[in-house]
Amino acid sequence: KKLNISHSQITRLYSRFHSLDKGENGALSREDFQRIPELAINPLGDRIINAFFPEGEDQVNFRGFMRTLAHFRPVEDNEKNKDLTSGEPLNSRTNKLHFAFQLYDLDRDDKISRDELLQVLRMMVGVNISDEQLGSIADRTIQEADTNGDMCISFSEFTKVLEKVDVEQKMSIRFLH
Amino acid sequence: MRGLSLLLFITVANEATTDLSVTGASVPPELEVSAAPAGTSPVASRYVPEEYGHPGIAQARSAEEPAAPSTEDGESSHQHGGGGYRIVQWEWSYVQTPYIIASWLLVASVAKILFHFSQRFTTAVPESCMLILLGLVLGAVVLIASKKQPYQLDPGLFFLFLLPTIVGDAGYFMPARLFFDNLGAILMYAVVGTLWNAFCTGFCLYGVKMAGVIDEKVNAGLMDFLLFGALISAVDPVAVIAVFEEVHVNETLFIIVFGESLLNDAVTVVLYKVYISFVEVGPGNVYTADYFKGIASFLIVSIGGTLVGLIFAIILAFVTRFTKNVRIIEPLFIFLLVYLAYLTAELFSLSAILSMTFCGIGCNKYVEANISQKSRTTVKYTMKTLASIAETIIFIFLGISAVDKSKWAWDTGLVVSTLIFILVFRAVGVAGQTWFLNWFRLVPLEKIDQVVMSYGGLRGAVAFALVVLLDKEHVKAKDYFVATTIVVVFFTVMFQGLTIKPLVKWLKVPRSTNRKPTINEEIHERAFDHILTAVEDIAGLNGYHHWRDKWEQFDKNYLSKLLLRKSVYHKSELWEAYQKINIRDAISVIDQGGNVLTSARLSLPSMASRTSFPEVTNVTNYLRENGSGVCLDLQVIDTVPGAKIEEDLETHHVLVENLYKPRRQYQSHYSRHFMTVGEKERQDREVFQRNMHNRLESFKSTRYKRHKKDRSQKKRKGSDAKEQDTSDKPRRNVSWQDKDPVVVPMAPEEDKHDPPEPDKDDDVGITFVARKAPETPKERPKSVPAALDGCQSPVAAPPSPTCGEKNLPWKSGMGSLPPCVSVEATKIIPIDLQQAWDQSISSLESLASPPEPQHPRVSAVSSLGGPVWTPAKGKSGAGSGSNTGSPSSLQFKFPTGKEDEEEGTLSQRQQEMQALMSSLRQPPPPATQSAGKRRNPCVYLRSLVTVPPSGAEPQSRKPTQL
Repeated sequence: KKLNISHSQITRLYSRFHSLDKGENGALSREDFQRIPELAINPLGDRIINAFFPEGEDQVNFRGFMRTLAHFRPVEDNEKNKDLTSGEPLNSRTNKLHFAFQLYDLDRDDKISRDELLQVLRMMVGVNISDEQLGSIADRTIQEADTNGDMCISFSEFTKVLEKVDVEQKMSIRFLH
Repeated sequence: MRGLSLLLFITVANEATTDLSVTGASVPPELEVSAAPAGTSPVASRYVPEEYGHPGIAQARSAEEPAAPSTEDGESSHQHGGGGYRIVQWEWSYVQTPYIIASWLLVASVAKILFHFSQRFTTAVPESCMLILLGLVLGAVVLIASKKQPYQLDPGLFFLFLLPTIVGDAGYFMPARLFFDNLGAILMYAVVGTLWNAFCTGFCLYGVKMAGVIDEKVNAGLMDFLLFGALISAVDPVAVIAVFEEVHVNETLFIIVFGESLLNDAVTVVLYKVYISFVEVGPGNVYTADYFKGIASFLIVSIGGTLVGLIFAIILAFVTRFTKNVRIIEPLFIFLLVYLAYLTAELFSLSAILSMTFCGIGCNKYVEANISQKSRTTVKYTMKTLASIAETIIFIFLGISAVDKSKWAWDTGLVVSTLIFILVFRAVGVAGQTWFLNWFRLVPLEKIDQVVMSYGGLRGAVAFALVVLLDKEHVKAKDYFVATTIVVVFFTVMFQGLTIKPLVKWLKVPRSTNRKPTINEEIHERAFDHILTAVEDIAGLNGYHHWRDKWEQFDKNYLSKLLLRKSVYHKSELWEAYQKINIRDAISVIDQGGNVLTSARLSLPSMASRTSFPEVTNVTNYLRENGSGVCLDLQVIDTVPGAKIEEDLETHHVLVENLYKPRRQYQSHYSRHFMTVGEKERQDREVFQRNMHNRLESFKSTRYKRHKKDRSQKKRKGSDAKEQDTSDKPRRNVSWQDKDPVVVPMAPEEDKHDPPEPDKDDDVGITFVARKAPETPKERPKSVPAALDGCQSPVAAPPSPTCGEKNLPWKSGMGSLPPCVSVEATKIIPIDLQQAWDQSISSLESLASPPEPQHPRVSAVSSLGGPVWTPAKGKSGAGSGSNTGSPSSLQFKFPTGKEDEEEGTLSQRQQEMQALMSSLRQPPPPATQSAGKRRNPCVYLRSLVTVPPSGAEPQSRKPTQL
């Protein structure tokens, strides 16, 4: 397959897909995802579920499912030097970052506004931290990343601020070869 | 020369006491208690130092006989000159031991200074090399001077004192996340790699011996060689730290080599013990069962050691939960318990290094959160100092030990073949294991990494101490082994240590960047973790992230609850990280500017006012953390039960810039008297008076301007006030502007309700009540100058819905937190604040609409949270000096005095307050978020949990409180 996922992995994920698919219609709905117990306690669970669904759709088929998961395939050595004739692979650094970026960017305007950031922060910190504190964190975050002074983090700013981070490693999952 | 040899006037016995002076500072009697039994451990068993009983000067006299070196009679002849009374007495034997110890430390430290004089030199030559060379020179000097070499790296001293200081430092400051991320690889190399090295080296040496390469004089059998292989094959933590610290390879590489060197201790200990016993009983008497016993012993030693370490880590973390009144001895607990973990493991002949390492790793998170900033710094510096000096002494003594010809015997064949085997098997072992590991590793270890790892397999003092420990009666070839070990150690530390840096450069190994994470990285990496966990869950994999998440849940739900202070437990890690970054920035700002006035730069009007505030926060946090600020001492921050809420409010942030100068002056003035509370209070008051004065002045000048604006806002207020009167609940859904008027009337209310306000405050209070309208604006000029300058007109920032959302949470919260309203508002969004103020002021002016329904709640809240809130208010007062004159002074005492008995009730209240607050604050986000986007159910749930109290509490409280 073009996603460079091995056959055994596909088989495995397909069975997983089926076990998630309670409606047995070959596609997963949001409810199917929400049924995963661990996801319910994941602070960003809902955002991640959303990331599986193309804009405006309520169903995701196996192909789309795999497509999203392919973001997390580790970057392999032979891919690093490969020329990008066939377009950028899904697991490239940029795409990994973009996946993360979209979790913040709710309105898909390619900018993380202060509100969007605040929402995600609120999800991640729980109730013990005051909105004021959160606000100052968000301010600071934006201030640090914002280079053009629009009080938003654009994708390029997002990339830049994380350029020292080993995204290839930190956004990869071992078993998605 | 004579002075030098005097310095060298040290015996093995003296060294034992050396450490008591080093560690002894932090090691009360318990040490002796457990130190003596620890000597029974096989490793150090034969070297129970006789001098442990004489740590102090008091006992030094009684220690005279053992301390007086019998070998150095010639040197010590200048003791007591003659009879009769002398004005000046020569009491050398009295001070000898500590004197020599101190001299040694001085030599070591001065040597370090000298090495670091030349920058170019130190970058090329590792310090460890230089220290060994220095040791060689010193040893030669002593040898020439006294024809005998009395000094050697004594295993008892080494294992009981020098090694723990280094391991303790390593364990405590081990980057835990990195360590556990690579735990698989580390364990693999530590266990399999060490076993492989030990067996291969042992067998091959035996083979070489059979082949006749090694001289016949080396009287050693298979068991002897296996024993030697076991002790020579372990990578040495001391050497690895010393060398790798200067090489700066990337983190992963470092943690693997470093972790291996620490964790292979268990293997080394067991192999060493097993072989020693085999050698002692003779190879013929070893049965199969003994091998299995060896394996069982390995499991017990390693797992037992780890468990001991973890138990001590829990004890330590638990103890530091309760040290808030005895901050001074906080660091002591850490040193003590970490050291006790080591000794206890030795006591049961478990792996002491493992124990200490895991104690350090385990306790770090909780301890660091519990103890104060100052204690943190103390621990850090003391540990580093001790470790550094221990390392220096180890290397110097390695050099000195090598000079003593009588202790070793040379055999070229043995030395050369050992060196070759060590290098070859290390390389082969690393390559093989890496090949295996790379099947499972997310990021495979590259060829370059493997080269560095093989080359970084340094042997060091542990091997030397172990080989010195051998019993010559059983191990006939001990002298040869000693010589070989010395050569191996020198070769690896000096030659490899010297060349590894160029090698790393030449291979272009990715270096580590000594860079602190930014807040963006903190946030986003956390998000990455969540994402990966979620994806693993979706994909149905129980991978690493899955388990790590499970662990974090467990940690959060149980461990942290047990081991962290309440005030700390409720803080978010993210917030901690944020504060840390801010403090760092603040320090750098202060460092760069030097002048306090530079802080003004932070809030330049030209900057967007909003962005300037975090910077201001920095300074505040910094000051507060340092505990030397006027109102911001450690006690208040860390011990007040309401510390969390204090944190929540951070009311004073904005105002700090005004107060900044006076505070700085005071800070330098009496940071010395950090501990004397009484004096501080007096000075608090002084500062407050001064501030009050300033504020009043500035108020006068700006007051009229204010009024104009107020009037313009009046209309809006009118409509708002009506809504307030109806009820609380609708208010929540009202747009944000509506809430502002509510807020302000409460400020005076709160002031009135606050009973323990001192006289000076009352003056202000009176003006408050009498002329509410002027009072509030008074604060404004001081608190919002930047905001005013930066964005003159409220229109500049039209209250968009998004804006509203930001504001809503705390604005609605203000209803319950009157005292900090103003400051809070200014702090976050000065632009909006301006409106808020104007509105509130106008509402006050009208005086016709004091929102009655609000009062019960306010009073309820204020009395309910009375003790909790006072600190916060005091702080705001301290920052602004406008609210209240001196609540800070009483606020200091109040919580600290009663906190203990009140902690329970207070925290309970606190929780209630929290619930109240959050309930007040929570609702808005859903409202705004509901604009099309779905809310995370779990988060929503959380907010739901806190909502019910909001409905119930105020009502239930109203009757009682009123």
